[in-house]
Amino acid sequence: MKLDAKIPDGPIAEKWDRHLFEMKLVNPANKRKYTVIVVGTGLAGGAAAATMGELGYNVKCFTFHDSPRRAHSIAAQGGINAAKNYQGDGDSIFRLFYDTVKGGDFRAREANVYRLAQLSANIIDQAVAQGVPFAREYSGLLANRSFGGAQVSRTFYARGQTGQQLLLGAYQALERQVHAGTVTMYTRHEMLDLIVVDGRARGIVTRNLLTGRIEAHMADAVVLGTGGYSNVFYLSTNAKACNVTAAWRAYKRGAGFANPCFTQIHPTSLPPSGEHQSKLTLMSESLRNDGRVWVPKKKGDTRPPNQIPDSERDYYLERLYPSFGNLAPRDIASRRAKEVVDEGRGVGPSGVGVYLDFKDAIARLGRDVIEERYGNLFDMYMNITGENPYEVPMRIYPAPHYTMGGLWVDYNLMSTIPGLHVIGEANFSDHGANRLGASALMQGLADGYFIIPLTIGDYLARGGLAKLDESHPEAVAAVRQASDLTKKLLSINGTRTPTDFHRELGRLMWDDCGMARTEASLKAALAKIPQLREQFWKDLRVPGTGEELNQSLEHAGRVADFLEFAELMCIDALHRDESCGGHFRVEHQTEEGEAKRNDDEFAYVAVWEYQGAGKQPVLHKEQLTFEYVPLAQRSYK
Amino acid sequence: MNLTLHVWRQTNAADQGRFVTYKATNISEHSSFLEMLDVVNEQLVRDGADPIAFDHDCREGICGSCGFMINGEPHGPLPETTVCQLHMRVFQDGDEIWIEPWRASAFPVIRDLVVDRSPFDRIIQSGGYISARTGSPQDANNILVPKENADLAMDAAECIACGACVAACPNASAMLFTSAKVSHLNLMPQGQPERDTRVASMVLAHDEEGFGHCTNHGACQNACPKGISVNYIARLNLDLRKAKTRRQGDLI
Repeated sequence: MKLDAKIPDGPIAEKWDRHLFEMKLVNPANKRKYTVIVVGTGLAGGAAAATMGELGYNVKCFTFHDSPRRAHSIAAQGGINAAKNYQGDGDSIFRLFYDTVKGGDFRAREANVYRLAQLSANIIDQAVAQGVPFAREYSGLLANRSFGGAQVSRTFYARGQTGQQLLLGAYQALERQVHAGTVTMYTRHEMLDLIVVDGRARGIVTRNLLTGRIEAHMADAVVLGTGGYSNVFYLSTNAKACNVTAAWRAYKRGAGFANPCFTQIHPTSLPPSGEHQSKLTLMSESLRNDGRVWVPKKKGDTRPPNQIPDSERDYYLERLYPSFGNLAPRDIASRRAKEVVDEGRGVGPSGVGVYLDFKDAIARLGRDVIEERYGNLFDMYMNITGENPYEVPMRIYPAPHYTMGGLWVDYNLMSTIPGLHVIGEANFSDHGANRLGASALMQGLADGYFIIPLTIGDYLARGGLAKLDESHPEAVAAVRQASDLTKKLLSINGTRTPTDFHRELGRLMWDDCGMARTEASLKAALAKIPQLREQFWKDLRVPGTGEELNQSLEHAGRVADFLEFAELMCIDALHRDESCGGHFRVEHQTEEGEAKRNDDEFAYVAVWEYQGAGKQPVLHKEQLTFEYVPLAQRSYK
Repeated sequence: MNLTLHVWRQTNAADQGRFVTYKATNISEHSSFLEMLDVVNEQLVRDGADPIAFDHDCREGICGSCGFMINGEPHGPLPETTVCQLHMRVFQDGDEIWIEPWRASAFPVIRDLVVDRSPFDRIIQSGGYISARTGSPQDANNILVPKENADLAMDAAECIACGACVAACPNASAMLFTSAKVSHLNLMPQGQPERDTRVASMVLAHDEEGFGHCTNHGACQNACPKGISVNYIARLNLDLRKAKTRRQGDLI
């Protein structure tokens, strides 16, 4: 495996323009002769499929949902960043670039991040042209807010449903192309494998979730926009069906997997409540703009929050980070919450939680303003907990939310398998070791609308793509392999359900490879995971058959892949003997308890290459250099 | 809590379907309705039976995947709440609960509580968009949108396409869904050039999918988990009337 990031020459501000000119083009009349497969219909996949269809490519688009509009991007709440400087508060492309590299704790590629910041402004223009109903001021101008650790107001939003509105924009653009006949939509189809012919990605194997039919689809290039893998923790803020399968199967076909240990634990989720719990619900981080985070100063203080006077409260983020206060970046806010809970100062029935209090904001701004800003979030909180956050402080706790790791891609968003492109959360992305708030929507849409539709042309125009169809031996073999795996899952007939195994894996990963990791915990996890995997293949029970809608079978396949992937995540976390961003190795912290990077040894992207079942993967390194943002210890004091 | 569930079981569209009774025992009042079904399903799998199929995903009330009838009400008894956000504390220990899929001929049952809602996608395909080519727009702040319009458009755009409006309507009409998208786009300045063809095409697509006509019952509004108002249907009718007047015969 050779890693060539293909970063264009020249000053950082000119790289993308220069690259646009240097890329080969496909003649407009020839575009329809190329077939491109897009897997996933979230912000990245949906935008990519719509735009490539509009450009004239023959697009086949796949989702396991009943409609492309259900992709999990829909659940993003808070907003999307863009360097528009509409508030005149000193924002710029360079500042957004700088903040993102720094916020990512210097583990992202500068050239990609700069391009992301450049394109951020185009995204807002595009979304507004599509009719996305962003929040407006009375003047009719777009409204902005400050969000997630930024000191400028660069976040655009549509109430607490920004992801929904942006996704519907992409979905509508996609359906327009379906109507125009440039995109063929395959709903309720799940990707089970990647088909590689002569070293190039030439198709995918899918299972029709309604009929169970497993079949091959061929193309000239494949684009994965299949999201992240937070559900390796079982309990996360991700939707239930989010999984690592597409990325994992691509990895097993030769795509390098980058920085799998970089996971983001979001500071403001609802606390866990019991064994029945199926997911953790996110409360948008925008709440931290007006809410104050605190715990009692005394351990084991069980008084109701309203009876604890101000002098006996510890507003620990304001105390520790006077300039950023409650808006400290996600990794820091999460870790500090874990710390106060571990000290025995956690709140709520389980003691696993901290308060997020709106009392002062309501007194200052009035209940109406708070309702206008966060009404739907407060309603959701009330529904789930039965408590009224206008009167009683919310209880929150960190939860797995986003994964910065993913398949390695070069500047063209192509993986180490030629022809396999990876976009959105599924790639190792521009967020380094920690993603800033309101940056995921930005990256998904930049990849989908503005980067992949152009870079894919460069790949296709270089030619060398032989005509082939579903009868190719590699396609036939991949279909047989996927069918055999499905039969195997159905034939074990043991005693434990897929959920049962998933829950056990999740608990193990949360304890040993979660917010704080040690050499010992990771080694323990690496000993336990193979045992759990062995039990899975001995004692799994999946009812029904493979020739019908079978949700247990779908889940079982995803859990099987999580059980393999979890091991890679721990290998990566163990090898990265430093702390950075969301990857916190307890052995490496500053005196104040912040993540302590080791730039001399670890300023690289760790890319893992599959060597076969049961074999240790091989590590490759993409060295990172920082020319424009000087390496520095992050400080949010 | 302990509950008795009567659940609609149907293997596929050709199967007749029937209610089957299950006991849900030892359910936490803090669990959601879907988590309660998870518990029942885990037991069914352990017993070697087929679990109850239902669509669901985000479990935060936004993806629109989940939804079925609970005691004859779409998404159950709470206003503006999807089944994934409905919590068991609203039920009483010992309750009997009837659970069945959306009933509409345009939404054929796929299995148990899962129905085919692809007609919604085809209604959007017929015109539920603004034709904005990627990469060509002007600066976003060159388009001013009065806040009242932006808010009204957003109220409509909150639709999650779950299908509760269709299930609630005695005519199985999807007018609330269709009107929400027509209104969202027709309220925006960007949506003006296509406003006439949009409303006409979408209403035609709606009718061709086999949804019934709106006769102003308002049951859709009561069932809508996002609180979308029937005023949008009035708005759609006004838009359609204007479009027909303006464009006469050459509308679609």
